Amino acid sequence: MLMRCRLTRFTMALMLCGLAAASSASELRFCLRIDPKTFNPLLVEDEASQTVRYLTGGVLIRLNRYTQELEGELATKWKVSENGRRIDFDLRPGVRFSDGTPFTCDDVVYTMRELMDPNLHSPTGDVFRSAPGPVESRCTGSSATGSAGVTVRFPGPVAALAAQFDQVAILSAHSAAKESAVLGPFALGEYKPGAYVLLRRNPNYWKRDANGHPLPYLDAIRLEIQQNRELELLRFRRGELDIVNKLDPEMYDRLSSEMPHAVVDAGPSLDWEIVFFNQVANAPLPEYKRRWFRSDDFRRAISEGIRRDDLVRIVYRGHARAAVGPVSTANRFWLNSALQPPSGSQTAALALLEHAGFRRSGSTLVDRDGNRVEFSMITNAGNKLHERTLALIQQDLARFGIQLNVVTLDFPSLVERISRTFNYEAVLMAITNVDLDPSAQMNIWVSSAANHQWNPNQKTPATPWEAEIDKLMAEQGGSQDRDKRKIYFDRVQQIAADKVPMLFLVNPNALSAVSPNVKNVTPAVLAPQIYWNVEHLQVGNALVSQARNALVNQR
Amino acid sequence: MSFKQKFALAILGVAVVASLGAGYLVQSSYSEQFRDAISAPPSARFWLGTDELGRDRFARLLYGTRVSMLLAPAAALLATLIAGLIGGAAGYLGGRWERMITAGVDLFLSLPWLFLLLAVRALLPLNTSPVMSVMITFLLLGCLGWAGPARIIRAGTRTLVNSDFLVQASASGVSRWRLFWRHLLPNLRPVLLAQFWISIPLFILSEANLGLLGLGVSEPLPSWGAMLRDLENYSAVLQNPWMLAPAVLLVAVVGCLQLLLGTEERGVSC
Repeated sequence: MLMRCRLTRFTMALMLCGLAAASSASELRFCLRIDPKTFNPLLVEDEASQTVRYLTGGVLIRLNRYTQELEGELATKWKVSENGRRIDFDLRPGVRFSDGTPFTCDDVVYTMRELMDPNLHSPTGDVFRSAPGPVESRCTGSSATGSAGVTVRFPGPVAALAAQFDQVAILSAHSAAKESAVLGPFALGEYKPGAYVLLRRNPNYWKRDANGHPLPYLDAIRLEIQQNRELELLRFRRGELDIVNKLDPEMYDRLSSEMPHAVVDAGPSLDWEIVFFNQVANAPLPEYKRRWFRSDDFRRAISEGIRRDDLVRIVYRGHARAAVGPVSTANRFWLNSALQPPSGSQTAALALLEHAGFRRSGSTLVDRDGNRVEFSMITNAGNKLHERTLALIQQDLARFGIQLNVVTLDFPSLVERISRTFNYEAVLMAITNVDLDPSAQMNIWVSSAANHQWNPNQKTPATPWEAEIDKLMAEQGGSQDRDKRKIYFDRVQQIAADKVPMLFLVNPNALSAVSPNVKNVTPAVLAPQIYWNVEHLQVGNALVSQARNALVNQR
Repeated sequence: MSFKQKFALAILGVAVVASLGAGYLVQSSYSEQFRDAISAPPSARFWLGTDELGRDRFARLLYGTRVSMLLAPAAALLATLIAGLIGGAAGYLGGRWERMITAGVDLFLSLPWLFLLLAVRALLPLNTSPVMSVMITFLLLGCLGWAGPARIIRAGTRTLVNSDFLVQASASGVSRWRLFWRHLLPNLRPVLLAQFWISIPLFILSEANLGLLGLGVSEPLPSWGAMLRDLENYSAVLQNPWMLAPAVLLVAVVGCLQLLLGTEERGVSC
């Protein structure tokens, strides 16, 4: 009987292997805009490298992009203590790197040492540098019980400490080729600069599905390097690509008319479209214009006067949400639900302008000294969404007699003006936001920060409300009590709504396209929207592949 | 003038007259947004429909034609004048002056003018009205577009300088100034005119290219370049073929200019 069973299993294995060999391996294909700048997960800065890190890196804790909750990966449990200075991990046993080396607490200690090495200048490590001093990591647990753990202690409190480990891919302390030994679902297979990055299935990946089948289901992922969005869309239509992870509204509508089942609108993303005025003290601006831009009423009037509903309907074709502030409606926990987007009411805007001393003189608006209200707004050239947004704002403001001059500049010139020479009046730009936690916005809200766009690098806060924001951000960053932090950040959002240092226009929706061949897709608003659960994705003959993998593992 | 050329002249005439009389032909302004009629099809109200911001396409086409058809010849005139001055001087003076100027022209031609244009455009004051901005754009095009014609004019001048009638005039004691104004310049006229006519479509297309990069004429002023950007959305073009109107007009105008240029070239050979 046992003999017969073995024979049947062997025959099935042969049949399935034959079937699998006859059909091509299941491969997911999508595009990167540029070549990854690095394959070292600790040095990742650009989007392409982030993609590779997400697909190959094993992390202790992962933010579930769909539920927006933290989940244990290589750590089965963790505990944050000492007011955000210390975190203890219990490590998952029996895990191996893609090259077969066992995963131990030494790997975590080694990764933390590398991450905090000042000579490496790891951008991922920056978030952990909350205070000067060394970061201590040590192995805990006992070899007798087989439980392994790691304790990491930081010199100062780190905001949202556990969530920061979502970005820390664990390196191998003992493997010879450290960059190719990974703990994620895929490992680097082949890289042809300018052409593609091929990631192959990690045979030692620890995760299994509900039925005990090893994950990932896919055999490989081919990341084609393709900068041209039109070509990317064309190749998707031809079936040469399986995913287009970010679509603009125009492309989305085009594709939805041809392939209605292939497009995905996951709802508002965390990204912002914002406008801000130059409030830098030594900016080369006439004094009267500086007065306008520093006037709360003026900024609020402009914000009130912009009809965001029209921006959503006309520019974004309905694939966006009018923004209420620095937190998108997609960010369920941190959004201050008491806030409402500005009304777009002409009356309210005019009342604010009159209160600030502005008046109509014929068809134009003038300030109390008789200066005609005219200013320029810069944006990056070639961005149709921005150009259309500006055309709408131009007409909205013309209702009050304000002359808005639209200037499109090439991107380096734009950056030069807003970050070095400060020779601009107002700017429209997009901010990509990938983090739910408000601590990620620290560099925008703190007055001394370089990215405090409207008036960066302040020695002391220029206004009382900026001083209050500084204090609130420090308090929320130093606290580990999520509800307390929410109260602090709600107040920051309220101040941002009252003082309008930045005019939040819209949160564009996360738009993607997925081939019907790809199974188990659960789109999320957080990046990477489509492949966040990559280990569960299947393409075409993935089921055959899955059965083959199961048998190989069984044997 | 052949029938074809008369026909071309008529088309150009109609385009110029229609663009100049845009205020009488259309009721709405080129910048007015009818936000309740986004991407509307042609109708009695909007002859060519509306664009994605609800602006009257016909009004924008007429005003855009005015911008391109008036400013491109102005830029061409400027470029031809600079080219005539520099190329003429090189050919007339000859010797090391000619070598020096020719080397300068070659150097200028080797510059990536598009980046130069972007850089100069980025240095302009921000609070420039759209009309001023478009004039500056064409002024820059004119200032940068002289080098090619200058080489041809230099060659033409050199041929004339070595011709028998100029050698004879020179031997008769005619002053260099009189030689230049009385004998050289009138004979260079066909070459200069040809360069002028060639430059017009070139500048129209250059502005269109800049428009495609989003760096041409600023909002809300229309231009052919800005309107041609709409054609990037080819599925929308298939559904709304009237979006092709600016492209058709551009091709028609450039074609007509080429036909008229044929007259000038024959004028040169005569």
